[in-house]
Amino acid sequence: MASLALTLEFGGGMELLFGNVKTHKVTLPAHLANDRPTNIKALIGWIRDNLLQGKPELFISDGTVRPGILVLINDTDWELEGELDYELKDRDTIVFISTLHGG
Amino acid sequence: MESYPQDSNSLARENSQLKARIAELEAQLAQRHSEESKKTTTEQEPLPFVPVPRLSNHDIARYSRHLLLPEIGVQGQLKLRNAAVLVVGAGGLGSPCILYLAAMGIGKLGVVDHDVVEISNLQRQIIHTEARGLSQVTKADSARQTVAAINSQCAIRAYTCLLDSDNALNILADYDVVVDATDNVPTRYLINDACVLLNKPLVSASAIRLEGQLTVYHYHNSPCYRCLFPTPPPPETVTNCSEGGVLGVVPGVLGTLQALETIKVITGQKALEPPTLLLFSAFGSPLFRSVKLRTKKDSCAVCGTNPTITQLQDYPQFCGSQPVDTPLSVNVLPVDQRITCQAYQALCTQGSSPHLLLDVRDKVQYDICRLPNAVNIPWQHLRRDLDQLTRLTATEQPIYVVCRLGNDSQLAVQWLHDQGFTQAKDIIGGLRQWATDVDSDFPVY
Repeated sequence: MASLALTLEFGGGMELLFGNVKTHKVTLPAHLANDRPTNIKALIGWIRDNLLQGKPELFISDGTVRPGILVLINDTDWELEGELDYELKDRDTIVFISTLHGG
Repeated sequence: MESYPQDSNSLARENSQLKARIAELEAQLAQRHSEESKKTTTEQEPLPFVPVPRLSNHDIARYSRHLLLPEIGVQGQLKLRNAAVLVVGAGGLGSPCILYLAAMGIGKLGVVDHDVVEISNLQRQIIHTEARGLSQVTKADSARQTVAAINSQCAIRAYTCLLDSDNALNILADYDVVVDATDNVPTRYLINDACVLLNKPLVSASAIRLEGQLTVYHYHNSPCYRCLFPTPPPPETVTNCSEGGVLGVVPGVLGTLQALETIKVITGQKALEPPTLLLFSAFGSPLFRSVKLRTKKDSCAVCGTNPTITQLQDYPQFCGSQPVDTPLSVNVLPVDQRITCQAYQALCTQGSSPHLLLDVRDKVQYDICRLPNAVNIPWQHLRRDLDQLTRLTATEQPIYVVCRLGNDSQLAVQWLHDQGFTQAKDIIGGLRQWATDVDSDFPVY
């Protein structure tokens, strides 16, 4: 079965939810059980079940990332790429970054 | 030196007289400082700001290094001279930003900040001084004093108020570009909405720990802050500098970049660039990363085609947090699960109450200072691995839990009770309160 090698990065304090590790190299199946291509929505669920060490509500809310987290697909705002429906490709880099407020 | 045969009574009397005299002198000194700081605040009649048609000979000499750059030149410098910039926040970001804007020849500067200078600000807020930290000068006024010393031609105005929904539109209206150098969520939404309503470009940055972010909002096709973040983050996910720490130079880098983006907006260069978010990571490699952002969002509540926000809102309510840079304060325990610092100290001096003193701060904080006999299990770790605690004590034994400010200790005690540790108690107010009530020599950070 085809698989996807992905680079996941967490920044802006998000790394604290992932054992204080910023970059995670992971492999996911290219298709889910229902035969649909793996998209960002599926990735978020996979991260919650496989990588997340902190409280889920600090990462996820209503089936998507909680407010205040920006998702970048290969250095582009995910809103330009279809958000949750973006179908992941081999070697994609997905960044989850918490917005900062200090100054 | 003369010597007096004195008994202990007369020594005690003299001691108390001297103490009274010291208190009297300290009160006078405090009074004088407060009068001086009031005086400098009211004496701040700004230079009149009058746009000019051409640079003076003085300007040509002073800004010659700018005039030699084709990207700035005489026309660019003249635009800086005739521009008015408002910087909201004279802290870590605002300090270098204000310094550079003033030095580079911006004609009119406004600085809004209601906080006073504190000693713990000085490792990053380089526009302020130790003397102003000791005499409680407001940050806006301190910034004004420094700017006056660097560039006497700059018409600078200090606003020593908190920016809010009542005053924001009036204050912002006088300026061409707004710089968001603040430290909290409600004020960021307030400034964004005010900029959209008044149609002003917004140069925004933030910094904490070792990271920073920079974006220019509401400029040409750029999104506004709400286009990207329509919903504010849950307050418990927001970390601030007094809690999370910040490396001095990090806001320094971001604030300096804000000054750069501001002059690019004023001279027109910025209009040529697509909207981006710049990410800075001080210990990362690469240091910088630029991310392509969406353009303006048609459905945005404030800058979209059919805006639902047409006047300023109640931002603390919208964000569920106050416009301050202090940690949330929690209060979740019944009285019988709490103990004051004094009562805990009394219990220790009696020596007859065996117990475990559990310090739930992070290790870096535990390394700064700790109470004798305190055992450190950070709150994050405790929750994940209760065995660390069961190896040390039994569920029916008393446990006293302490942290920095008395918030995490309450959450930990609540959780410990759920795990069956029925004798767990929270030390009210944490080590900060300990320093106030029990041991004035205990470090405060």
